[in-house]
Amino acid sequence: MWGKLSWAVIPLDQPLILVASTIVAVAIVSVLGWVIARGHLPYLWKEWLTSVDHKRIGVMYVVLALVMLLRGFSDALLMRSQQALAYNAPGYLTPEHYNQIFSAHGTMMIFFVAMPFVIGLMNFVVPLQLGVRDVAFPVLNSVGFWLTATGALLVNISLIVGEFARTGWLPYPPLSELAYSPGVGVDYYLWALQISGIGTLLAGINLVTTVLKVRAPGMNYLRMPMFCWTTLASSLLMVAAFPILTATFAMLLLDRYLGFHFFTNEGGGNVMMFMNLIWAWGHPEVYILILPAFGVFSEVLSTFSGKPLFGYKSMVAATMSICLLSFMVWLHHFFTMGAGADVNAVFGVATMVIAVPTGVKVFNWLFTMYGGRIVFATPTLWAIGFMVTFVVGGMTGVLLAVPPADFVLHNSLFLVAHFHNVIIGGVLFGAFAGYTYWFPKAFGFRLHEGLGKAAFWFWISGFYVAFMPLYWLGLMGMTRRLQHYDVAAWRPWLLVAAGGAVLIFIGIILQIAQLVVSIRQREILRDSTGDPWNGRSLEWATASPPPGFNFAVLPTVGHEEPYWRGKQGPRSQAATEAEPVYLDIEMPRNSPVGFICAFFATAMGFGLVWHIWWLVGIAFFCAYATFVVLAWRDHHEDIIPAALVARLDRANRQARSMAAARL
Amino acid sequence: MNAGSSDDVRLDDTAPGDQGSGTITMGRAVWGYLIGFALATLLSVVSFYLTRSTLVWEPSIPIALSVLAIAQMGVHLVFFLHITAGPDSVNNLLALAFGVLIVMLLVFGSLWIMTHLNHNMLPMDQIMKMQR
Repeated sequence: MWGKLSWAVIPLDQPLILVASTIVAVAIVSVLGWVIARGHLPYLWKEWLTSVDHKRIGVMYVVLALVMLLRGFSDALLMRSQQALAYNAPGYLTPEHYNQIFSAHGTMMIFFVAMPFVIGLMNFVVPLQLGVRDVAFPVLNSVGFWLTATGALLVNISLIVGEFARTGWLPYPPLSELAYSPGVGVDYYLWALQISGIGTLLAGINLVTTVLKVRAPGMNYLRMPMFCWTTLASSLLMVAAFPILTATFAMLLLDRYLGFHFFTNEGGGNVMMFMNLIWAWGHPEVYILILPAFGVFSEVLSTFSGKPLFGYKSMVAATMSICLLSFMVWLHHFFTMGAGADVNAVFGVATMVIAVPTGVKVFNWLFTMYGGRIVFATPTLWAIGFMVTFVVGGMTGVLLAVPPADFVLHNSLFLVAHFHNVIIGGVLFGAFAGYTYWFPKAFGFRLHEGLGKAAFWFWISGFYVAFMPLYWLGLMGMTRRLQHYDVAAWRPWLLVAAGGAVLIFIGIILQIAQLVVSIRQREILRDSTGDPWNGRSLEWATASPPPGFNFAVLPTVGHEEPYWRGKQGPRSQAATEAEPVYLDIEMPRNSPVGFICAFFATAMGFGLVWHIWWLVGIAFFCAYATFVVLAWRDHHEDIIPAALVARLDRANRQARSMAAARL
Repeated sequence: MNAGSSDDVRLDDTAPGDQGSGTITMGRAVWGYLIGFALATLLSVVSFYLTRSTLVWEPSIPIALSVLAIAQMGVHLVFFLHITAGPDSVNNLLALAFGVLIVMLLVFGSLWIMTHLNHNMLPMDQIMKMQR
């Protein structure tokens, strides 16, 4: 009846896990209890959980990412403290548990922090920047988000029910095959990522279609803000790369569930094929993450330097060439696995070539700042911190792209330091810059500047203290994923790295404090105009938070930076610009289909992990039925009457003209 | 610095709302699908027939099948997915080119890498011997 599930799978003998999951459970129950007790549940359900508004979905993606960041970071603290303690000693984490922790850390941070964070920002910002009312497929968007959340939930369930994979964040066979990983850990990993991978694919399709097909009148390709270009490149990569991941995991699942031999040692399986396929996805994946961050920095640096982006067209060319090149370098993840000199040389050179368009971007950002009147707001700090840090990370990346060097450095902490250097210094800093930059657009008030800057300084110093020693340790020969060690020379550096993790921890606490303080002081931090940073692109042309329909009248775009140009006219003219004619607006109706579908997907994933086949059958049927019901609906749009549109828009126009009069 | 404001309207870049006035009647659309269906069926039947007949020199049958398969893809693209050379389908053509490029990179890259890996790997029995 219950497959492999029994009471024995709950790790009652491990106090650490029990305490952690009790805290999580108490937190979830108390938040839910608070929501129900205060009567917020109908609001939450109607306005958020079932929302198909791209802005709300974007915000939910970011919330998911921030919550999962806490989980992923607590794993990081565990690892750093274990390695600080485990010199000639077992430390406090058993090898089995430690292996689960580093696997969960990587899985969480890539799939459920970095991905939702960038997808959330793209979802929120892109339609606003394009000057339109919604994304191409609003309901699909909601389904995509909820499937991502399903994956995150399944990974977290594995904390208390059963175990997680011990194979690293990519489950390399033969270790991940049934013979060597008979437990449910790898199954949790695989099903969670299959489900969330579909969600990501849907998000990619939606964003590509939005950028290509849904733009304001006159917004041709070379008038799109840079962030829309990087969104396009990143989503194209999602559409092209995620099917590879799904297919590869499907083959591994067939091996594990039905005794196939794709990647086994025996029966003609080929382990190398897994590495080949997983990295054919894995390398584009890192560009899926970093390209939107590049877009954020382009917007932030141009806004806070008070100048248009330098070299816009070269930036577009660089973005699109990175998009293509990212598919031609995947072998550099396995230089040492037996390919000969020709193959290694070709992929090594291809990898170094990517540094060229990236270098173009860095110089463009520098020239954007050059001669500008730079405002050192929190997003600017993240952007400058990124430029310094990312260049260091890029340099070590080029170093690793030299095959002979890679033979020395592969699988060492040098590699770990390199990819944290580009992912934290690039993706995460970009995400935080975007979070601070667009927060007032989403909620109508700014985040507290002082706490934001303090968080930045702790993050960046913590990053350097935590990861620079890892470069050194890698050069000293320390490999990654060590549960304990007995080399005395490593110890001091690992203690320093642990200190760095503590600094980052303080940075995270400051970010939480920043959010709390900003919400409490929201009346002081309020921005009534919708344009708190003196912005340049169209998202600043509407109110904050934007009304559901984004723009009362679709803007007509005559050049790059239409909003900035509009502001450059005489102030009196901007203030007295004739009121447009307001019309009824049709907006897509909210739909619970994403939430319901994700509920059944969670049940199905859980059933598949534990071999509860009746649950799988029922859940699959119900999820399918949900779609059929959705397809049969006849009422899928609501009309927002012109009077309401006019009332909302007049309020914003009045706030803006008052602000203009104050200048 | 700006892209210039003269290029307001581009053929390859229609904004929503002004989607052009392409009017295709129902009858013509159905005809298109019927022709496509006929061609697709013909190509399928021929490929099944070839494998059992002596019409083609036997060692070249795989090549003949590949040709027919590619023709089949072409028929699907033109008649069912409506890929044309018209200005409307620039996006579609680009997407197709991108997809083909990625698939080619993956397939031929994998073939190259995997043969190379095998070249430089000891035969399995010798690995086993080394592990003993």
